[in-house]
Amino acid sequence: MTGAASTTAVSGAQPEYTSDEMMSIAAARALENGKRCFVGIGLPSTAANVARRTHAPDLVLIYESGTLGSKPDVLPSSIGDGVLAETADAVIGVPEVFNYWLQPGRIDVGFLGAAQLDRFGNINTTVIGDDYTDPKVRLPGAGGAPEIAASCREVFVVVRQSARSFVDKVDFVTSVGHGSGKGDRERLGLPGAGPTLVITDLGVLRPDPETAELVLTQLHPGVEVEDVRAATGWDLQISPDLTRTEAPTAAELSTLRTLKEASR
Amino acid sequence: MADIVSLADGVGELVRDGDVVALEGFTHLIPHAAGQEIIRQGRKDLTLVRMTPDIVYDQLIGAGCARKLIFSWGGNPGVGSLHRFRDAVQHAWPVPLEIEEHSHAGMANRYVAGASGLPFAVLRGYRGTDLPEHTATIKWITCPFTGEELAAVPAINPDVSIIHAQRADRAGNVQMWGLVGVQKEAVLAAERSLVTVEEVVDELEPVAGQVVLPHWAVTAVAEVPGGAHPSYAQGYSERDNAYYKYWDSIGRDRDTFRTWVRDEVLAGRSATETTGDKEGVR
Repeated sequence: MTGAASTTAVSGAQPEYTSDEMMSIAAARALENGKRCFVGIGLPSTAANVARRTHAPDLVLIYESGTLGSKPDVLPSSIGDGVLAETADAVIGVPEVFNYWLQPGRIDVGFLGAAQLDRFGNINTTVIGDDYTDPKVRLPGAGGAPEIAASCREVFVVVRQSARSFVDKVDFVTSVGHGSGKGDRERLGLPGAGPTLVITDLGVLRPDPETAELVLTQLHPGVEVEDVRAATGWDLQISPDLTRTEAPTAAELSTLRTLKEASR
Repeated sequence: MADIVSLADGVGELVRDGDVVALEGFTHLIPHAAGQEIIRQGRKDLTLVRMTPDIVYDQLIGAGCARKLIFSWGGNPGVGSLHRFRDAVQHAWPVPLEIEEHSHAGMANRYVAGASGLPFAVLRGYRGTDLPEHTATIKWITCPFTGEELAAVPAINPDVSIIHAQRADRAGNVQMWGLVGVQKEAVLAAERSLVTVEEVVDELEPVAGQVVLPHWAVTAVAEVPGGAHPSYAQGYSERDNAYYKYWDSIGRDRDTFRTWVRDEVLAGRSATETTGDKEGVR
């Protein structure tokens, strides 16, 4: 962990916070200052904007609507809010976003959400159910995610964890994580490293260096290993070096809440 | 020179039953008023093309105007699902909806190929995903220079593309700025085009970051102030985020949606605007 994790804890009573707030703050801490970050709307956008206001003022936010270096003062409701264009270093067309900026590998971190995620970090945002032509639930679809997951140097996923969303194998591979295991990305010719970090409301998972399977490496305060196992649809492995996330600082919480308040 | 027309005449003359129709605008400058005019005029069997179907296509799909959707992300941005789109895909209501599904990168490149007069585009995309298995318009091609295998996607050349822009002059030169998405490509790729604008002015004053479409590249322009609502036009209006949330309550239920079409769309038809099918929503 970098940046805000080193902030001195406030003395006295610990501030109260929700598991969603812990998730957003843990995700924000993972973003290093100065990195170029392709930001999805929702949880990723929240975390990226907290990071820019705490330890990473020079984080470069790129939104697929065509903004390079957005500096919004409120949380955008969509990836195309006016504030993203008005505060950007450059505003460009959508073909340019994907062809000139993403595809050649100019972006460090792709920051994605997921409806369904599997043990190898593959992401499904297309359909729930086995039959694509007759889905149980039709989800929005791919958007920019397949190429973000392929071409960013690495991918962080931020997602609420439950046995329903964390499955052994996704119903549909919308965006490739580590495929069916170690070496698959190289075989497929995917240039980036894929998901290196999955941040949830319970803890943090990272791919095992040998197998590329997601293992639990970090627990948020107040969460036990059994809680995470119960919210995982595969036989979750636990890192021998399991650590505890530092609780949100008062400064982090106030930054997050101010942002959320301002966007109401 | 582009014709300056009313919205009803523009849609009436340029959009025909069975057409391939693209309404573009990436969150910003979405031509909602034109979409509702298509519903009012009762167009049907359309193949709707759009990267982010959004509320504008949820309305057209729910009203039964579409037989096919070509898209890359079908959600209500910042809110959740498009319920009319989901109902059409999951339950064929009100009519079956065929889908052709891509990624944003694929769709953007399909428009670029269409605007460029090329038959297809190449990109480093889709590799390892389940999309090529279900989408016939994703194929593989080997680079003749490096041997790299790349994705190939065919050009999109709509019969008609419709966009919303900030301004046009009286000759029909169109000016837009802010997030410009794939609007230029959509217009240049199309056989015919209709641009709705916030205002028609005597002279287009230059604006930083502007895109100008010359009058000879546009078929018709209609002045429709607020024509992007609940989307927005930078410099003219703000995105109506509350409306996107409100739409969730309208789109969620078939009857509520039908009432909305009757009261908010069909009731907007004036006697002078009447053309085409009066039956409206089915």
